[in-house]
Amino acid sequence: MSQHAPVTPVSTYVNIFVALLVLTGLTYVVATFDFGLLNTPIALAVAILKAALVIVYFMGVRYNTPLTKVVVISGFCWLLIMFGLTLNDYLTRAWIGVAGR
Amino acid sequence: MQGTVSAHDGGHDAHAHNPNLQHHFYSMEQQLEASTLGMWLFLVTEVMFFGGMFLAYLIYRVIYPEAWILGSNHLNVAMGALNTGVLICSSLTMALAVRAAQTSNRGAQIRYLLLTMAFGSVFLIVKYFEYAEKFEHHLVPGRHFDMTLPQAGQQQLFFSIYFMMTGIHAIHMIVGLGLMLVILTMAWRGRFSASYYTPIEMSGLYWHFVDIVWIFLFPLLYLLGAHYSAH
Amino acid sequence: MSDVSQPRNSYLDAPYGLASWLLTKDHKRIAMLYLISITIFFAIGGLFAAGIRLELLTPQGDLWTSDLYNKLFTLHGVVMIFFFLVPSIPATLGNFLMPIMIGAKDLAFPRINLISWYLYIIGATVTLAAVFTGGLDTGWTFYTPYSSVSSQTAVTTAAIGVFITGFSSILTGLNFIVTTHRMRAPGMTWFRLPLFVWSNYATSLVMILGTPVIAITVLLVAAERALGLGFFDPARGGDPVLFQHLFWFYSHPAVYIMILPGMGVISELVAAMARKQVFGYSFVAFSSLAIAILGFLVWGHHLFVSSQSIYAGLVFSIITMLVAIPSAVKTFNWTATLYRGSISWQSPTWWVVGFMGLFTIGGLTGVFLGTLGLNIHLTDTYFVVAHFHYIMVGGAIMAYMGGLHFWWPKMTGRMFSDAGSKTSAVLVFVGFNLTFFPQFVLGFMGMPRRYHAYPDEWQVLNVLSSCGAGVLALGYALPLVYLTYSLFRGAAAPANPWGAKGLEWTIPSPPTTYNFEAEVRVDEPAYNYKSTREVHVG
Repeated sequence: MSQHAPVTPVSTYVNIFVALLVLTGLTYVVATFDFGLLNTPIALAVAILKAALVIVYFMGVRYNTPLTKVVVISGFCWLLIMFGLTLNDYLTRAWIGVAGR
Repeated sequence: MQGTVSAHDGGHDAHAHNPNLQHHFYSMEQQLEASTLGMWLFLVTEVMFFGGMFLAYLIYRVIYPEAWILGSNHLNVAMGALNTGVLICSSLTMALAVRAAQTSNRGAQIRYLLLTMAFGSVFLIVKYFEYAEKFEHHLVPGRHFDMTLPQAGQQQLFFSIYFMMTGIHAIHMIVGLGLMLVILTMAWRGRFSASYYTPIEMSGLYWHFVDIVWIFLFPLLYLLGAHYSAH
Repeated sequence: MSDVSQPRNSYLDAPYGLASWLLTKDHKRIAMLYLISITIFFAIGGLFAAGIRLELLTPQGDLWTSDLYNKLFTLHGVVMIFFFLVPSIPATLGNFLMPIMIGAKDLAFPRINLISWYLYIIGATVTLAAVFTGGLDTGWTFYTPYSSVSSQTAVTTAAIGVFITGFSSILTGLNFIVTTHRMRAPGMTWFRLPLFVWSNYATSLVMILGTPVIAITVLLVAAERALGLGFFDPARGGDPVLFQHLFWFYSHPAVYIMILPGMGVISELVAAMARKQVFGYSFVAFSSLAIAILGFLVWGHHLFVSSQSIYAGLVFSIITMLVAIPSAVKTFNWTATLYRGSISWQSPTWWVVGFMGLFTIGGLTGVFLGTLGLNIHLTDTYFVVAHFHYIMVGGAIMAYMGGLHFWWPKMTGRMFSDAGSKTSAVLVFVGFNLTFFPQFVLGFMGMPRRYHAYPDEWQVLNVLSSCGAGVLALGYALPLVYLTYSLFRGAAAPANPWGAKGLEWTIPSPPTTYNFEAEVRVDEPAYNYKSTREVHVG
């Protein structure tokens, strides 16, 4: 009747916590510089890294079954499908002209 | 995995060693795996739920980039950053509360759960002051919106999405606090130990998820125009 | 209902009392609760349809006002889709059979299963409240800005009702997925699963990935109306097409929520009625998953004329064609299963055969509509109406009726009238074609949907359609009579009245509360009609 997850040492949690705070600071600092088109990709990259830390360590996905990992990844894939195919409309409106539009 | 089916309706199988094993499961492993999978699937639905709003955000930002920067500059970056920190603290204490259950430490469970709830409450209080400020400055979409702003209509779109996303996030925080109250009661009664701590673990997953949403909301809503105000 | 011929401890009798039903955690009882609820909503939706067909008997639009007609077709759509079709097969047959088919005592989360029924009832009540507090006239599609700015009807209430019902659907899907993964009996490997389980699994994936998006979408509309926020309001720069993207991201896959379980039912019935293993089992199984996944990539074909970019239209049109592949895999494999099978013309077979013809027509006309150029002519005509009724009614409901008849003896422990069922199947088939085939012609001639008046020359076809609707209604009313009758006077059903394979036929009819009296072990593939060995239970 044992549970599967080994107990994570407190130090790991604290390290992740510090990393998250540092990354938050980093998000703010990089936002004050203008990288042009790269502004949002940089902000998103930091946010994704933070989310990944929370998911893998705080939420313990690294100790979960492969199935859970598939579920997590496919959730984000579906989000990308939704974003991607909608942008496929909005970003291509000017590509093919139609008389009267 | 042997054993006969007990016919009584009471939730606990006669052959189970652990009183927390429900009758329709064979073993605690099976029960835990079912709960974990169920919770993660639920979080996927939450991802898609917030995803709809992120899509609206994305499309309008693509169409109206300037209005998004103008709107973002009205938000209080300090309060947003403070709240990000507060939520990260709460995620740490939540993780430690689950760890306390894994190590059968009742006192630590209660302590960390209370801390988590305190951080959650601080978040909501800060959010209250932020919202109040928006009302003062007539930045709430609707009849009282300040129409003298440049691109006022499109900024209203920004603020509609801002209020919807942060509002639904705040509702999730409130639900999370209610959940924590239930978990706290269970922890108080000593329900969690190394042999059974599924409820506190599942609630933790939910809490971390709400934190993750904010991790994305903060840069996407608050920091769009930071490089303008800095210069 | 108790009778000496039934096992004394059947799930229907023990425990006894109203509270034991309303607070039950037994998946079989919850299935029965759903069965009763969705039957009521099917009847309500049918009444709205009757209102539509009565109006269309004459070209003048003289029976109802335009406003009332708008409400009738809207409510017909909302009730039939959200409160009948989406829960129909999964929540009744799926709920009842999924755990039994995989050798489990219950679904993984019995309490959540009950909650999902209550959410359904609450959502349905809220939506019905909208009917009585101003109605709803936006069409079931809730298109903005009409729904968010212009409509004077109870859109907010209805949106909240749909929102709540969505969570019922999500919880059912979540429960099914976890059950399929975690509750299978020893030996019940993925490729021994009955195809009904596969198709419900695929359906559940669509439910949990798509439904949250419709939930937030209707919530945005409700917030726009009630709180004055602006999301799709063109006056503030909002884009109504964005609403359509969000709406169809769910609502196109939702079509597969409605038809996939029906396909699963047909796979079961075809095998049982032909006494053969389903031809190409793994192809049929994976085609369900393929439909579920491809279903998420094609929603833009609803936006061909909504100022979506032409390029996106091309992309969506091409992907739409791909859906035909897994659908055809299923149809051909069912046909191949029937080939040289020893087909028994028992009453479920009649529904199956009806399904195959109607679904094929519905599917092929879908290819017409997915074709970008042709679609521009056919958009918003009765061709579209006919197409989706061929899938939803000719496909999904035919399958539902077939499955209901097939498993009725198992669910209730009673045999129903064979003649009644065959008559009903014929009436539905004839009535259905009479109702909807003329609509293909009308649509091709250009009759737009959602209008209550039309030029005189279209009256003949419309009268044919309305008459067919009468026959169809009779066909659906008949089972209500003989199935109800069977509950009280039907002969007691044996454990396996059709001589079918599958775990559900190895246990008594009706089953006991925990389904299996002993440990279940499975050591043979599904539909093992070649072998004389029985599935071992105990």
